[in-house]
Amino acid sequence: MNSAFSYLGEVEPEKGNLIKGLQLIQTREGYVSNDGILAAAEHFGIPAAEVEGVLTFYAQFKRTKPGKYKLSVCDGTACHIKGSTQIRAWVSAELGINDGETTEDGLFSIETVACLGCCSLAPVLSINGRVYGKLDRKSLTKILNEYKAKG
Amino acid sequence: MADIKRIKVGTASCGLAAGAGAVLEALRKQAGSIPVDEAGCMGHCYAEPIVELELTDGTSVFYARVKGTDEAAAAILAQSEEGRFVFPEKRSKLEKLLVTRLAGRINPVSLDEYKANGGFSALEKVFAMTPEQVVDAVKASGLRGRGGAGFPTGMKWSFLAAKKVPDKVQICNADEGDPGAFMDRSMMESVPYQVLEGMLIGAYATGATRLFIYCRAEYPLAIKHLTIAIEEMKKAGLNKLPNREAPLEITIKEGAGAFVCGEETAMIHSLEGKRGTPRFRPPFPTDSGWNTLPTAINNVETFANIPIIFQIGAEAYAAIGTEKSKGTKIFALAGDVKTPGLVEVPMGITLGEIVYDIGGAEPGTVKAVQTGGPSGGCIPASEFGVKIDYDSLGKLGAIMGSGGLIVIGNNRCMVETARYFLNFTRRESCGKCTFCRVGTTRMYEALERITSGKGSMDDIAFLEDIAPKIKKGALCGLGQTAPNPALSTLRYFKNEYLAHVQDHVCEALACPALVDVAIDPAKCIKCKLCVKTCPVGAIDPANNFSVDNAKCTKCNSCIEVCPKKAVSRVRKQSANA
Repeated sequence: MNSAFSYLGEVEPEKGNLIKGLQLIQTREGYVSNDGILAAAEHFGIPAAEVEGVLTFYAQFKRTKPGKYKLSVCDGTACHIKGSTQIRAWVSAELGINDGETTEDGLFSIETVACLGCCSLAPVLSINGRVYGKLDRKSLTKILNEYKAKG
Repeated sequence: MADIKRIKVGTASCGLAAGAGAVLEALRKQAGSIPVDEAGCMGHCYAEPIVELELTDGTSVFYARVKGTDEAAAAILAQSEEGRFVFPEKRSKLEKLLVTRLAGRINPVSLDEYKANGGFSALEKVFAMTPEQVVDAVKASGLRGRGGAGFPTGMKWSFLAAKKVPDKVQICNADEGDPGAFMDRSMMESVPYQVLEGMLIGAYATGATRLFIYCRAEYPLAIKHLTIAIEEMKKAGLNKLPNREAPLEITIKEGAGAFVCGEETAMIHSLEGKRGTPRFRPPFPTDSGWNTLPTAINNVETFANIPIIFQIGAEAYAAIGTEKSKGTKIFALAGDVKTPGLVEVPMGITLGEIVYDIGGAEPGTVKAVQTGGPSGGCIPASEFGVKIDYDSLGKLGAIMGSGGLIVIGNNRCMVETARYFLNFTRRESCGKCTFCRVGTTRMYEALERITSGKGSMDDIAFLEDIAPKIKKGALCGLGQTAPNPALSTLRYFKNEYLAHVQDHVCEALACPALVDVAIDPAKCIKCKLCVKTCPVGAIDPANNFSVDNAKCTKCNSCIEVCPKKAVSRVRKQSANA
């Protein structure tokens, strides 16, 4: 196996653990590359096509390298009602990228997610798992500027 | 003034998002020898971050919307009168805290604290009964599945118990995928032991040997707390059943972001490491489930109810609620209400009581609630007198669902709401069966045409024609319920559909294609903030601050930034002309 993925040894090579294995790859690499798929196929003893079939079924898995700061804009019902479409448009306007894209400097990537479960704080987004709530244009710009300054 | 015995900070996900982390830190810096503990969620999300002071005289003082500063921490430690939080009386009267009794009141990961508050007492009682008696008690309690469909839990357990094979599977469905629902997250974060105690009772009653929790990966704190709780129980020997030699293993499996995996056969496929597509039933999972073993799947809230049934007794439990829906229900109340949060109410409470008395919405400002997420429907304000249970909501074209309850204010567009849900189900459709894959997409396209002002009466007729066919023809629960948001809005808010199609008017001014942005010259002070903030240069200060609506993307930036509220959305002029 490609030695870069030797950490797959942490997961028992049972087929039921395939998703867990892919999650491990994504946690380590930030995404699942072609090499990652081949390594998983070898580890679990199933065809690469089947691995990719499973992988592409689930929204969690990324096939391209995300930015240093991963923005997840929530578009759950409560957030939608509270204007997440605007939030999403403003994020795009501020960063110049669309859903699933990464900024040229590799700093930011954005995705729209169904629900972060913080409905009472709607509208919300999360950056690398940290949730920011009750967003408006001003607070959004402030948050993004903080991350831009951090670099 | 009594001394402070202990300080608790609500640090479930919504508390943390509101800034509880900084509050915890600030308090710990100054608290000296007073313990500062993390607690879960009390359900009053609007008041987060919440701090509770346990006093030596046995009473408690609460503070709401606490800031994470040294000054705020000092004021709380001095038991300042300012910022004290009193639980709203109206809400306290209507709520019945059974299942969430301990949520937010104890340290979620402390086994000792759970035990000190009656935890695992139900398990002890159960061990003195035979498995058959346990199943019968759950049947007698009248508990129905809290995941949404409302299947009687005791009956499901009896199916699994009847299988005389050595290996059986029990799965806890924690794949809370409905946008707008967070009951299960909160239970797992705040009282993980209660959920696990319910699972142990289930395993004892049904003879299940393999236990899984299928939790969505978006809930890292829930997974963390469950993992710690499982470890602690193992250490304390609580994973052993009296009728079993081998200790029970409870395995947490993380979902990977697929809504359809909340459907039981899809979840089983996912647990087997496959694509999460559902399959035709029968065979039902209790006959052939995970790796063909008999399998029963119950929801998080269902399991959290189980210990309560044995604590208070099945009869007392069955005395709560309506004739066919027993016990309480936890609702995630959000949307256009003043005080959103997690509320636990007895079945049979009215929708109006939840929206107006608990949520604090002003009567007249709300036009509907949406229950059951993408599988549910909208119920108009005129029906808010309905007593909530599984059957009454079904009659209104909605469903109980898992407990998401989104309040929709007068300024929201119902057609847009339906479009939103169909966009969700269309994307989450697994693609296996045609009715769902193609049907939801066609419905979405029709709704998209209507909300963008290009719809016709044919689109409305098409929606009414195809929706029942999808419900009938789809393979699984996702497809069978996907048309509900459109059907229920067509039933109660057809006038809005007609206004979009015939008059090209969106009364709520929500659909961008049907609105203009205008600046009121009487209010405008010519500060040019709007000009500076407009991303497309649609506002011309030289031309009396007129808005070029062909350029304008209706992003609302100018409306938000205007200090005089001179900018607003208005009905599209060209359409009226």
